[in-house]
Amino acid sequence: MAMVDSFIKAPSTHRIPLEYTHEEDALRIFGFWIFLATDLLLFASLFATYSVLYRHVGHGPGPLQIFDVTGFSAETFILLTSSFTCGLSTYSMHRGQKGWMMAWMAVTILLGISFISFELTEFVGDVAQGATLQTSAFLSAFFTLVGTHGAHVSLGIGWMTLIFIQLAVHGLTATTARKAFIVSLYWHFLDVVWIFIFTIVYLLGEMS
Amino acid sequence: MLQNVENFASHFFVLGDPMIYGADVSIVLASAAIVFVLTYYKKWGYLWREWLTTVDHKKIGIMYMIATLLMLFRGGVDAMLMRTQLIMPGMPFLKAQHYNEIFTTHGTIMILFMAMPGVFALMNIAVPLQIGARDVAFPYLNAISFWMFFFAAMLLNLSFVIGGSPDAGWTSYAPLAGLTFDKGPGENFYLLALEITGIGSMATGINFFVTIMKLRAPGMTLMRMPLFTWSIVATTVIIIFAFPPLTVDLGLLLFDRLASSHFFTIFDGGNPMMYVNMFWMWGHPEVYIVVLPAFGVFSEVVATFSKKRTFGYASMVASLLAIAVISFFTWVHHFFTMGAGPGVNSFFAVATMIIAIPTGVKVFNWLFTMYQGRIRMNLPMLWAVAFIPNFAIGGATGVMLSVAPADYQFHNSYFLIAHFHQVLIGGTLFGILAGMYYWWPKMFGVILDEKIGRWAFWFFNIGFYVCFLPQYWLGWMGMTRRMYTYLPGMGWTMWNFISTMGAYMMGTGFILIVIQIIYSILYGERDLTGDPWDGRTLEWSLPSPAPHYNFARIPTITGRDAWWTMKEEQRKGITHSEEEAPLKPIHMPNDSGRPFVLSVLFFIAGFALVFTWYPLAFVAFIGILASLVMRSFEYDTDHTISVEELRHSEAAYGRV
Repeated sequence: MAMVDSFIKAPSTHRIPLEYTHEEDALRIFGFWIFLATDLLLFASLFATYSVLYRHVGHGPGPLQIFDVTGFSAETFILLTSSFTCGLSTYSMHRGQKGWMMAWMAVTILLGISFISFELTEFVGDVAQGATLQTSAFLSAFFTLVGTHGAHVSLGIGWMTLIFIQLAVHGLTATTARKAFIVSLYWHFLDVVWIFIFTIVYLLGEMS
Repeated sequence: MLQNVENFASHFFVLGDPMIYGADVSIVLASAAIVFVLTYYKKWGYLWREWLTTVDHKKIGIMYMIATLLMLFRGGVDAMLMRTQLIMPGMPFLKAQHYNEIFTTHGTIMILFMAMPGVFALMNIAVPLQIGARDVAFPYLNAISFWMFFFAAMLLNLSFVIGGSPDAGWTSYAPLAGLTFDKGPGENFYLLALEITGIGSMATGINFFVTIMKLRAPGMTLMRMPLFTWSIVATTVIIIFAFPPLTVDLGLLLFDRLASSHFFTIFDGGNPMMYVNMFWMWGHPEVYIVVLPAFGVFSEVVATFSKKRTFGYASMVASLLAIAVISFFTWVHHFFTMGAGPGVNSFFAVATMIIAIPTGVKVFNWLFTMYQGRIRMNLPMLWAVAFIPNFAIGGATGVMLSVAPADYQFHNSYFLIAHFHQVLIGGTLFGILAGMYYWWPKMFGVILDEKIGRWAFWFFNIGFYVCFLPQYWLGWMGMTRRMYTYLPGMGWTMWNFISTMGAYMMGTGFILIVIQIIYSILYGERDLTGDPWDGRTLEWSLPSPAPHYNFARIPTITGRDAWWTMKEEQRKGITHSEEEAPLKPIHMPNDSGRPFVLSVLFFIAGFALVFTWYPLAFVAFIGILASLVMRSFEYDTDHTISVEELRHSEAAYGRV
């Protein structure tokens, strides 16, 4: 009960979140939401391609032969956790705790790096088995869809690192708060996309 | 060693065609002339400071307009070459391969590098002024959009003399455009140029959507916005939804070509129809991306030159939005003959027919706006009025094409060619030209000469009918598109001859427009009022050209046709308190050279990928990332115009 109280009372000290205090910052956050809509459609197009092509395995292996249950389960667990720690970072930001904010951000970055390492290991393992982008339409679609997500995550890691540095240099201001908030939106978005990859690519693949 | 160099040169440069040698010479001469003039008159610094680094939406709009006219010339020359080749049966003017390259670049340039920038030019010039904003939401991003488009256009045009032009049609269908059937670098040029300009277009869509939603002056509710701005809302929504599928589609084809993947190949499970589906998921909405802003221009022009409020404002808005939504449910009509079955074909046929309803609503509203109006036939109005019969014919043939069983007959014939030229020229190009004439005084402070403009108009308009009406007949007689020559005795000769004459008339019309612009720059009438047409919307309340901060005081809007209302109130002697309110300092974004540099790096990366020079592409890519990082660390991005400065510059306009 006490926790709930503090949660309700805390925002009343400053009504507008820091990242929304300047008009230009609010504008950029709105613009980023629209960008996310376009990115969502980009992934939707890749999902459509995958759905059309995933049975077209040609002479290559099918989903059952190459998907590694432990691998993709670990990736899912790590990425979902990183979204949670990213949320904790934003929560600390709204309470004005720069130290905690940066700490949770660092944890998020490390989880992102471990996600990418798992994914790369998986890809290298596939290629070692002879399952490459050039083998069949299914594998072209698989590597492109999952790889595009992986490229987004890698970019997100680099981006978050830049903002981590800027937080250390400039402190927690309206501008750095806006930047941190936008990168967190991006990070949660990648999590949402991964849930679709987990379901449509890996779970359906295991069931096929 | 020498053999290697020769080998490389013969693949790198396009050899063996006298016309291309001629182009080489003229490119070198034109470039040398530009460099000489800039150096002689010491204009390099001016060019860099005032234009290449600008983030001012009005200047960016002007650069879009110049690029549009240049690309209209390039695409127009392609059209003239094709019509000359078809003037007689068995003409030896162009070889088959050369003809393939010309129709491919003609289509690509006209849609993506002429119509798109033409529309972007008008929105950059007019939208922030119409809604009472000082700038677009993201001025720096706006500069990136322009330079991405510009260098993508350069990349595509370069293919003409280096490496060879794309030759698989402007739609670049797989598997024809895949590696198996098209080895040369031409298709790579097409794919990379479109990907790069696509980034710019998507950014423009986001930018203007946010601008219109968030930066309107106080009192300007959505239902008080000018119809041109409304048409841009619909356009940006379509851009946001339509461009991602194109990005993916072209990206996957690029993977097929560069990395030998199997998305659209015939072997190993690829599905070429997937390419066609995704292409038209963008491609059909794209025709509305370029035509809805033209509708917006006509709404403004018809109201202004009839001295009446637009008839049926709410239905105009509703029809724009209806077209925007339905445009996403029509893409299959581009391949009714795919064999999707009667159920699918019927759905897309009906959706296509339904679009004619909101479009018809708009045409009737324009007619009712003119009805009992005090009509002035200035150049913008002339093009707007000429648009209506054109579009009626183009719309009617569009409905004919939407009938799926009949489409089996019309498919890929000259009937189709005639139809889409009728709507795209009669709609989009007439709209861009009407908008250019309408806003030219706002851009440059000069009114374009009416007399030469009328000659240009009649040559272009009559030539347009002479060129395209015979092509409906040719389509019925069985002449298919993309045919580089034909035999005598088919009954096609006379119609082809007439059509080519029409094309020459249109070419003459274009030359007259160029003469008109040059003449008007030298001797044109200056617009000292800022409101030469007795306009109705807010951009005419500003001096021509508008100051770089647009509005010294942001106006408060009390109704539709904001400037007209203010003029009425002035006549009645009503003044508003905010007009005498003290000036306040204004925040404006700093100019930056980085958008230009970033786009050059994209150009280098694209060029390197065309020839699969991966190390160079990698270096350019690192450069791109570095400029993004530099932007992220840049905190000092705007400056303040002091009240003193503001008063000084407003006094110069005589407006304190």
